[in-house]
Amino acid sequence: MATRPYDLRRYPGFLGITILCLVILYAPLLVVTIYSFNSSPSITNWEEFSFRWYVDVFTGPESDKFKQAAWNSLIIAIIAATTATTIATLAATAVLRAGRFRLRTLSIGLISLPLMVPEIVTAVATLIFFNAIAFERGLMTILLAHIAFCIPFAYMPISARMQGIEATYEQAAQDLYATRRQAFTRILLPLMMPGIVSGFILAFIISLDDFIITNFVKGAGVETLPTAIFGAVKQGIKPNIMAISTLLLAVSIVMVTLSWIIGRKDKTS
Amino acid sequence: MPSDTDIAVDVRNAVKRYGDFTALKQISLSIRDNEFFTLLGPSGCGKTTLLRMIAGFEDVTEGAIFLFGDEIEKLPPHKRPVNTVFQNYALFPHMTVLDNVGFGLEMMGRSKTEARKRAGEVLEMVQLGQFSHRKPAQLSGGQQQRVALARALAPRPKVLLLDEPLSALDLKLRKAMQVELKHLQRETGITFIFVTHDQEEALTMSDRIAVMSAGALQQLGEAREIYERPRNVFVADFIGDTNLLDVAVDRIEQGRAQCHLGGGHQLTCDAVEGIGAGANVHMSLRPERLYLSAEPIEVESLKGRVRETIFIGTDTATIVDLADGPQFTIRSSNSTRGNARVFEPGAEVFVNMEQGAARLLVD
Ligand SMILES: Nc1ncnc2c1ncn2[C@@H]1O[C@H](COP(=O)(O)OP(=O)(O)O)[C@@H](O)[C@H]1O
Ligand SMILES: [Mg+2]
Repeated sequence: MATRPYDLRRYPGFLGITILCLVILYAPLLVVTIYSFNSSPSITNWEEFSFRWYVDVFTGPESDKFKQAAWNSLIIAIIAATTATTIATLAATAVLRAGRFRLRTLSIGLISLPLMVPEIVTAVATLIFFNAIAFERGLMTILLAHIAFCIPFAYMPISARMQGIEATYEQAAQDLYATRRQAFTRILLPLMMPGIVSGFILAFIISLDDFIITNFVKGAGVETLPTAIFGAVKQGIKPNIMAISTLLLAVSIVMVTLSWIIGRKDKTS
Repeated sequence: MPSDTDIAVDVRNAVKRYGDFTALKQISLSIRDNEFFTLLGPSGCGKTTLLRMIAGFEDVTEGAIFLFGDEIEKLPPHKRPVNTVFQNYALFPHMTVLDNVGFGLEMMGRSKTEARKRAGEVLEMVQLGQFSHRKPAQLSGGQQQRVALARALAPRPKVLLLDEPLSALDLKLRKAMQVELKHLQRETGITFIFVTHDQEEALTMSDRIAVMSAGALQQLGEAREIYERPRNVFVADFIGDTNLLDVAVDRIEQGRAQCHLGGGHQLTCDAVEGIGAGANVHMSLRPERLYLSAEPIEVESLKGRVRETIFIGTDTATIVDLADGPQFTIRSSNSTRGNARVFEPGAEVFVNMEQGAARLLVD
């Protein structure tokens, strides 16, 4: 692009505002990451570089608690993301491929509305629901709640991807003697895969990271990593929390990078 | 009259409605086995709709469609032994060219090796053998077009449907593909149903043409018949260039209609069923079947004056104003053997016509 309609960089204060935004966004993360490698038990005074708190996370007095919580988080995130992605894929197929059925607009609205409901409202509502049907709180309640709130997150990239796939591909497949089902599995599904992977990763991260809803619906003594961290922080912030946070950050970065690479690879093929 | 087994596709009183809009009004036509059949008409006249009804992508609101005697309009697309070349090709972007072409056979239950073998053969037939391991996006538009063709031919369909397959190609490539398609059709013996809005393309390629307009069949016949004996004003105007004149029929005598046009000029031509004495109708005169002379040659030579002479490569077009009458365009070949005399603008000339050049039209 040789000329742009207007060059943003020429606006007065552009550089200042950019730097301010970047600092607000990233300084806390940077501080946490750096101090997780501090050898001192203090969270403010830098002593020297060490992996002490990472060792503490895996072998220290709280390590069993954190390992159990991390395991719970991982299992829940995998099952919730997988289930939510499957449901979202089927929902997108119905909404975008079943023609103009009645209530179609309503269906789209109902699927994406939870994104706009304050999370605390969803949390309270879910808790009341489980109480009303006398469902015993524990891992299962967490899992069900996660599946439910992950669906709209998985749905967004999947439906965006599907909107870009013309219906003539499936028609061509059916014209070449594929049944509807074969046209779906052989043509539509592979073409949707980048959207499905993005949807899965988004749902996975959202589930892994959720605190509010989880905290409401979890049973006593059942912890996920976020609730365990919150519990530990209530007794004072120790540098091992920073180490766990940094590890979580790393997982997120890896997942996002993965999703980006998959998206990019698809465009060049 | 061809017998029933010679009919590949029989469309009987097919009606298509979208809500209260009628896209096809009672279409009936029979497409013969082994023929190159073209649906021709302006954009929006319902060609694609009719093709998609044969392929199975649109419901038939009323009427029936038969394929070699079997009623098919209720069958899903994958149960109809017809294949389609889509206008935008719709090649599967995630598969290689070879797998695209083999897809149909695989879905018919052939083994992967068998499907690939046949796909390779068909790709050779369209001269794309060396591209079989590429993805569709790595091919040019013309090559993609041929892959789409190969993919549709590989399962050996009884009928091939082609929806404006050449419209995305540039002129030169389009001309080459017209010849290649015609050749492929003759070689494979498959019935082709070809959709186009380009009348020249239709005339070049087709055994028979169905001219459509506004959801209705206007005329069905061989290319030459449609060009030389158009049935109505729409067909005469849509196919080729023509002089359309308002004429009044004075009397009919021994199969000939005596007419006059503006300015009192007299013309006699073959009578047409449905047009009697006293009718005010249109007459079509093809420009290349008229010729000019400096002196009257026949009783009915029309006197006029040259307005413009236009050089158009192979031909010269001369525009003549008749005395107190309408304007004519006359085309003559520029070959030295042809009638090469060129008249300057302003010259007085006489317009003469070959036997059978004038044709009366119903509206
Ligand atoms: N799904 C549809 N819903 C409503 N109208 C349609 C639909 N598909 C086609 N039409 C209308 O039917 C007419 C014929 O369309 P089409 O068969 O695509 O024309 P052609 O291929 O001759 O250009 C057009 O007026 C078009 O707007
Ligand atoms: Mg069309």
